[in-house]
Amino acid sequence: MTRDDSSSRLGAAAVLPPRDTAARRASVVLSRHPRLRLGLLLSAPLTWLIVVYIVALATLLITAFWTVDSYTGDVRVDWTFKNIVTVVTGSLYHAVTLRTVGVAALVTIIDVALALPIAFFMAKIASTRWQRFLTIAVLMPLWASYLVKVYAWRSILSGDGLLSWILQPFGLESPGFGLPATVITLAYLWLPYVILPIYAGLERVPNSLLEASGDLGAKSWSTIRHIVMPMIWPAVIAGSIFSFCLSLGDYITVNIVGGANQMLGNLVYTNVGTANNLPLAAAISLIPIVIIFGYLMAVRRTGALDNL
Amino acid sequence: MRLTKSARAILGIATTLVLVIVYVPLLVVLINSFNSSRTMSWPPRSLTLEWWGKAFRSAGALEAVGTSVYVGLIATVVALILGTLISFALQRFKFFGRDAISLLVILPIALPGILTGIALNNFFRTILGVPLSIWTIVIAHATFCVVVVFNNVIARLRRLGTSLEEASSDLGAGMWTTFRLVTFPQLRSALFAGGLLAFALSFDEIIVTTFTAGQGVTTLPIFILDNMFRPTQAPIVTVIAVVMIIVSIVPIWVAQRVSGGEKTLR
Repeated sequence: MTRDDSSSRLGAAAVLPPRDTAARRASVVLSRHPRLRLGLLLSAPLTWLIVVYIVALATLLITAFWTVDSYTGDVRVDWTFKNIVTVVTGSLYHAVTLRTVGVAALVTIIDVALALPIAFFMAKIASTRWQRFLTIAVLMPLWASYLVKVYAWRSILSGDGLLSWILQPFGLESPGFGLPATVITLAYLWLPYVILPIYAGLERVPNSLLEASGDLGAKSWSTIRHIVMPMIWPAVIAGSIFSFCLSLGDYITVNIVGGANQMLGNLVYTNVGTANNLPLAAAISLIPIVIIFGYLMAVRRTGALDNL
Repeated sequence: MRLTKSARAILGIATTLVLVIVYVPLLVVLINSFNSSRTMSWPPRSLTLEWWGKAFRSAGALEAVGTSVYVGLIATVVALILGTLISFALQRFKFFGRDAISLLVILPIALPGILTGIALNNFFRTILGVPLSIWTIVIAHATFCVVVVFNNVIARLRRLGTSLEEASSDLGAGMWTTFRLVTFPQLRSALFAGGLLAFALSFDEIIVTTFTAGQGVTTLPIFILDNMFRPTQAPIVTVIAVVMIIVSIVPIWVAQRVSGGEKTLR
């Protein structure tokens, strides 16, 4: 290729040829081999997640098919379906599973119902200033300790607590400790986790679309139903994953405010701790795993997993 | 959006109500930190500063805060590195097993904490034969913190596109230079937000921590759980909770400023 003398000199002055360093050579190799790049990116995180998490999980779940030596209390490699059969047929496990799923579903419904209006207000009505303030207001409770919040509800719901004090003049009383208290407390705990993805989803809905809908004669309600809801549905599902999954595994809240009620987490906890039966605990924990996998698979098509 | 006045009013009232519900328990905690009754009966008969004084002199509480900060910081750094790597891989490449990996990242937080807890406990003690210590907590926390960093970074990468990076390499920058001068500055606020969430998640985690903490290692949630039902210690726990909420305003506010500043630039 022939080049004009002056331009080549100019080019040389403007962009020096890169020095041939090791970093430069590595960079060239990497940019030519995208698969190598991918491999390097994935090696560390995949090794971590597989070694620390998947292997740990698999070695736990496999014990579901083993037994506990009744004399020594040690886990023995003795293949059996006994634990699985116990869990699948035991009426205790049916009742607790239904109760746990019921609580998780109720918590999720309450949270979505509370989150939708506040997220809509934050994203579409509030001024930028208020938006910032409201985001902080929603985020801040996340920093208050989980345990302290549960404890706060315990003191609010207790016999001489705030709720009784407010309700007394009306002749009502606090629901006390039990499943309603558990639902209230869990809904309270996970609410910010539901608000944030829905808010982010609403932020992505362009205002122009809402205006176009209005221009074409749609009332607010029908704009919300036909334009907004379909667009933020993945975000709503993403929020529901948080509240549903977190409720499904909880055992501390129900211990503190749930009275004598047990959830799946409590059964697992008892079997790991006092009962010292790791195989049975592993078998019980297959229940929430199956439910959560089912839920994640069912919602995967909505694209919710990209909205977490 | 054009909304009728009444619709705006209803939404405004709903928002206010939700915020009231969110803040009443926190206010109760605040007031109870001055409640002279150890059982925190309502309404408080008299107020006292005794618990505040005691909390700041409680060696156990201060040590627990220190441990939690230490664990949280290291877990966050690990999560930042792993989460960023994985989000680059999933956003910039199409390959077989991509969906499986994104599910793998979510699992540690989606599956019940107690399960992660006993799985790791079993893994460390029985399989590896490693005694539980502060490091087993860090490993456990980093594992479930990856997902929040991943979510923040991948959302940012999706928005960024690759044109600026291509321009940079067309101009002769190597990969490291491009990352340092072009990609990283654009990711900074997402990394900050993700790191903040990861830290918050680790700082407040109790279930996995219970199962992975070594003898004598007390993080703040463990301290709280141990002392919450002790009449002599419960008021101190309340004070710590209030301090945490107040201190948390600073990082959240900074995160808001960082991301808010970007919005006006775009």
